[in-house]
Amino acid sequence: MSQHFELSCIIGGQQGEGIESVGEILAKTMGRTGYFLFGARNFSSRIKGGHTDFNLRISKERVYTTSEQVHILFAFDRETIELHQHELVDNGIILYDPKTVPMKDIELRQGIQAHEMAFTDIAGEIGSKLMKNIVAVGAAAALLDQPLEVFETAIIEQFENKGKAIVEKNILAFRKGHEDLQAITTAKFSLEQPETGNRMFLSGNDAIALGAILGGCRFMAGYPITPASEILENLMKLVPEYGGVVVQAEDELASAALIIGAGYTGVRAMTATAGPGLSLMQEAIGLAGATEVPIVIVDCQRGGPSSGMATKIEQSDLNAMISGSHGESPRIVLTPSTVEEAMMDMPKAFNLAEMFQCPVFVASDLMIATSKQSCMVPDFSQIEINRGKMISEEELQSLEGPFYKRFAPSADGITPRSIPGQKKGMHHVTGIEHGPTGHPSENPDNRIQQMNKRDRKLEFVPQNDAVKYEGAEKADVLLVGFGSTYGAIRDARKHLETLGVSVGHAHIRMIHPFPMDILNNYLDEASSVIVVEQNSTGQLASLIKKHKDVHQKLHSCLKFSGVPFAKSDITSFYKDLEIPNVSIHS
Amino acid sequence: MVTLKDYRVDIKPNWCPGCGDFSVLAAIQKAAVNLNIEPENFVLQSGIGCSGRISGYLNVYGMHSMHGRALAVAQGTKLANKDLTVVCAGGDGDGFGIGGNHFVHAARRNVDITYIVMDNQIYGLTKGQMSPTSPQGFITKSSPEGNPDNPVSPLQVALAANAGFIAQGFSGDIKHITSLIEQGMQHKGFSFINIFSPCVTFNKIFTFEWFKKNLQNVDDDPNYDSSNRSMAFDRVEQTGGFITGLIYRAERKDYVESLPGKAGKENLVKQDLKLSNEQVQSLVQKFM
Repeated sequence: MSQHFELSCIIGGQQGEGIESVGEILAKTMGRTGYFLFGARNFSSRIKGGHTDFNLRISKERVYTTSEQVHILFAFDRETIELHQHELVDNGIILYDPKTVPMKDIELRQGIQAHEMAFTDIAGEIGSKLMKNIVAVGAAAALLDQPLEVFETAIIEQFENKGKAIVEKNILAFRKGHEDLQAITTAKFSLEQPETGNRMFLSGNDAIALGAILGGCRFMAGYPITPASEILENLMKLVPEYGGVVVQAEDELASAALIIGAGYTGVRAMTATAGPGLSLMQEAIGLAGATEVPIVIVDCQRGGPSSGMATKIEQSDLNAMISGSHGESPRIVLTPSTVEEAMMDMPKAFNLAEMFQCPVFVASDLMIATSKQSCMVPDFSQIEINRGKMISEEELQSLEGPFYKRFAPSADGITPRSIPGQKKGMHHVTGIEHGPTGHPSENPDNRIQQMNKRDRKLEFVPQNDAVKYEGAEKADVLLVGFGSTYGAIRDARKHLETLGVSVGHAHIRMIHPFPMDILNNYLDEASSVIVVEQNSTGQLASLIKKHKDVHQKLHSCLKFSGVPFAKSDITSFYKDLEIPNVSIHS
Repeated sequence: MVTLKDYRVDIKPNWCPGCGDFSVLAAIQKAAVNLNIEPENFVLQSGIGCSGRISGYLNVYGMHSMHGRALAVAQGTKLANKDLTVVCAGGDGDGFGIGGNHFVHAARRNVDITYIVMDNQIYGLTKGQMSPTSPQGFITKSSPEGNPDNPVSPLQVALAANAGFIAQGFSGDIKHITSLIEQGMQHKGFSFINIFSPCVTFNKIFTFEWFKKNLQNVDDDPNYDSSNRSMAFDRVEQTGGFITGLIYRAERKDYVESLPGKAGKENLVKQDLKLSNEQVQSLVQKFM
């Protein structure tokens, strides 16, 4: 039997029944064996009940999104089959629990095998129906043709804090699932042997918390909000180990104000939020811009407007991050597209915030935030801490008083900071337009100087990593995106390449200030530009069009249904464009 | 030794002549001198309004941030650098209207800062509208037929929100408010001092003369027990809140003491941010 380069399974059931644990144990063991994984949760904003599923892609190579080609479906509810049957490959297998999945009137596609497996009853006989998930893990181990030991180790780890008896029962459930599956079918989906190596397996929310610590974050304030809460929870655990403080604030207004207070005082401070919280922070963003206080804001974008779709993907906060808050104030917006980038963008964000003395956004989105990906351990030794321009006590001593000119105009718009506690560093700070010492001023010449000073800073932001480019040099068709769509665009590019299309993929990694000079290199070469983004108005496309006249050849590929982009969304869009002089073979 | 000269600046406040806020400014400076706090270790965070301008009128690290949210900024400052003395100041609209939520939560969070409200029962900077402490029926530009709302009781809100230090003073008695501010600054945890600070331009009812006639000082009452929370609540109730003195005080753990392990125990500003290889390895292990 031929071996697979990659496989995908979906485990679906009712929320709150612990089906996540099937995916988790499966992911843990396959990851340890050396496979790369991408695990995405599809869930709703409720605690119990309602359909949820976990899509796990297992591959020999690094993968950046889920696959539309599913091999195994574990169904604990009927919706799992209704929703995902069409994704099954020919010879794909459905294992369903007859206790919870009424199969009446379900028409199965030809070529699919559906097998009844009494997960709940088997578990019940061993001692508890709750273990049905572990029975399923046993079946998965058999189908994937994996050795039992790695799985059993993972199960022991999962349950060892619940006592020996529980561990033993779960091992029994696992073995029974493994055994019974082989009585049901001889089908096997074996994978090519992976290379081994040090892999991390983490969500974007994990990655951001880890990156924050590596970047010297010692203060965080946040308010619980889907899908950003895990960043707050992670940092609540991590930050105190380094002596830092994390505050669960009364609201996002306070979160933003707290980090401004800490940032002003000289500590690396951040908050993490999603759309509704970002709306509440707009006032503070203007204050940080006007008072040149470094802060980092992570925005895990989700469906908007208003409460929108809290558990669904969208990339519609771009405008709010780039130009939100009244008046005009500087800020920088980074857009990580993988967990590696989420980790490494955090130290970068803190450096940029202190170097340019302004708010820095890290624009995550729901797919990055909640999906777990495996990756090689990045080279953390390359992380540098750059505190930006600070004035020393010695320098302050030599200056004429009475106040330090904290806001004196300078060629690059940046003035060295003094922080509370420094002798002779005293100055005033206010969101009112102010002169060099920070005291209010409505003088027109001063106003122009101060506005120019703040605006000028962004001209000096380094943009060397602002665009990630992959694919053909001088590509005819250019795909452009940012954030979590990276995986789908990458898969689409590869697919189009197999069709002979000259295609390139420019993924924007810093969206403000917009890296137009870099993007230009690719835009100029392309005859068609497809901008892929998860919103309804084409916010990224508008940004590009604002900077360059590409209106004739730019096509917006938009999705705002709450469902993440899949490869086929992009390849179909391309085909529908019917770009002349390009042959399509499939 | 720190002297008043160290705290003075040559900037003329934009307050009206005779404004109660002048006394509060003088009292803050005097309290800082009495406690011998170096001006560079003193941060004054302030809100928006006439009173909010106070942070620009003395020689300290002064920050004038957002309407109603100076308290949150002040907490961030103190948590970042525990060696600083952090005082927050604002008005009644700032603290009990737009910032009411932050006031309640700052009280119960108990970060070691002092909050001074200059309460004039009116919005002065916007030229005379009703405020959260204006009594019902009060006639202002925004309530020409009388204020339809009931006033909030700042002292009772602070009591209900579990503040550990609550005092009230009057701008007409600088010596007394200096003493209250000093006590507040020495109190470990959140301290709240509400100061009746008459608006001489827009409030023709609650004037210096009115307060002189109508305020009772609980500090002078031998039967008043400032460690008794229900007595405090009752006294405010019986007097309509027109009392001065130390209303309530309780010794309790402040926020940082209640945090786990090393959190916030040292000055965060002085930390080395670069992690050792061992620290990086242990972090990575958590996500393998």
